[in-house]
Amino acid sequence: MPTKIEKDSVTGQMTTGHEWDGIKELNRPLPKWWVYIFYATIAFSVVWFVLYPSWPGLHGYFHGMLGYSQRTAVDKDVAAILKQRAGYMDRVAKLSFDDIRKDPQLQAIALTAGRIAFANNCQPCHGAGGGGNPGFPALAAGNWLWGGKLDDIQQSITFGIRSGLEDARQSAMPKFGADGSLKPAEIEQVADYVMALFGHNTADTAPGQKLFAENCAVCHGEKGEGKREIGAPRLAGRAHLNGDIRESVVAQITNPRLGVMPNWNSRLDSATIKSLALYVHSLGGGE
Amino acid sequence: MFIRHETIEKNAFLMLVLTLLVISIGGIVEVIPLFTIETTVEHVTGVRPYTPLESRGRDIYIREGCYVCHSQMIRALRDEVERYGHYSIAAEGMYDHPFQWGSKRIGPDLARVGGKYSNDWHYAHLINAQSVVPESLMPHYAFMSDTPLDTDDLIKRLKAQRAVGVPYSDDEIANAMADLHTQADPAADNAALLKRYPKAVQVGHGGAVTEMDAMVAYLQVLGTMVDFADPANENMRQ
Repeated sequence: MPTKIEKDSVTGQMTTGHEWDGIKELNRPLPKWWVYIFYATIAFSVVWFVLYPSWPGLHGYFHGMLGYSQRTAVDKDVAAILKQRAGYMDRVAKLSFDDIRKDPQLQAIALTAGRIAFANNCQPCHGAGGGGNPGFPALAAGNWLWGGKLDDIQQSITFGIRSGLEDARQSAMPKFGADGSLKPAEIEQVADYVMALFGHNTADTAPGQKLFAENCAVCHGEKGEGKREIGAPRLAGRAHLNGDIRESVVAQITNPRLGVMPNWNSRLDSATIKSLALYVHSLGGGE
Repeated sequence: MFIRHETIEKNAFLMLVLTLLVISIGGIVEVIPLFTIETTVEHVTGVRPYTPLESRGRDIYIREGCYVCHSQMIRALRDEVERYGHYSIAAEGMYDHPFQWGSKRIGPDLARVGGKYSNDWHYAHLINAQSVVPESLMPHYAFMSDTPLDTDDLIKRLKAQRAVGVPYSDDEIANAMADLHTQADPAADNAALLKRYPKAVQVGHGGAVTEMDAMVAYLQVLGTMVDFADPANENMRQ
């Protein structure tokens, strides 16, 4: 192959000297700016290799001169934001609910923190704004299972309900149907009476009322007013845990569904839990 | 330069050697880290193989393509740590074959969803997500409640896991079926189950074991195995 580099007469460019059957190749190198940027990236990568974690070894890896690690970086970021918040969140944690509410600015901050934590953690069950879902109590309605004072709410959030913790709120409704302590026909009668308590017009409620007094009133109260010390829901009125339908009443008497709320003390710090209590309390049902 | 490429192009053997050399760099970069896996996985306590029921739930998680919308990887970034909890560590995925880290978050990250919600919520939410979260985009998986869990090949599945390095003991494999049924019945005595698989959550409502039970059992263990409050796990030596 001839290697004569010559000037191409048509374009004025030099050839590479390669020739195939009389066809010659023009020498059109990459633009200088491109080549220099390319060299610069190589130089940059060398610097990067030295400064940052780069090369695996048999025992660990090369950590880089700067010792950067995402894990220490995130720890630092979290510590920084906690320090920034400490000014008010420490006060939320330390002060009593009464004192927090006396300080409008601190209360506003706590309510905001509570709203954010609520959206992340509580809303999936209790609904936006604490509207509740069938089987998951409404928090805005004032129809509290375990009490609607700030301390009650804080207790529920901290330890949960039937969460398995010793301090968790704990109660159990007997399985009247599954145990056979009430016959199916009797359950229907009790359901009639409960539907009447809910405010519906039902058939003759007298037999159901008698059965209710014997079996249910101990916890739910003579008039279905409920008992918060043991988390027995109020049955009189319009707001209901498991829905306003007869089937769910029958199902609950037969084989009760016992709701579980996780304890949040393992996920949230005490200031956040107090903020949540304030927020939940503010939704409309607080006492 | 040093070797004119004319020389390389004209010498087939030299070209072959140099080609292999270049390609092997890519291979080495992918393979070398596997030899140093011992130094990559943190030494933390608590990570255990999945219970038989959780393991089947995981199979269904993969079958239904949950990873298409849900990641299981809390990145080491402040906003993620604040929302989801402690960032994910390698040890938490060491018995995952394949891992479910994912990269798509149409739904939230699930790496620490275990224990965050009650079993009842998971059932209600999987049957009809919009019944509890109106704005949710998640499809309905009600059919899983009606589909009995296929356990015919349970032992084979666990043995296959063992073949790729999940340390199921003979005892665990022998008791797999019993453990599965114990975990799917809240009324059953779970002492033996918890001894083999700490933190296993009992699910179900009695009756036949469904795919839904397996799925909820799997979701309820996600991210709960390592106790980050335990000082023994504090430095997470790599």
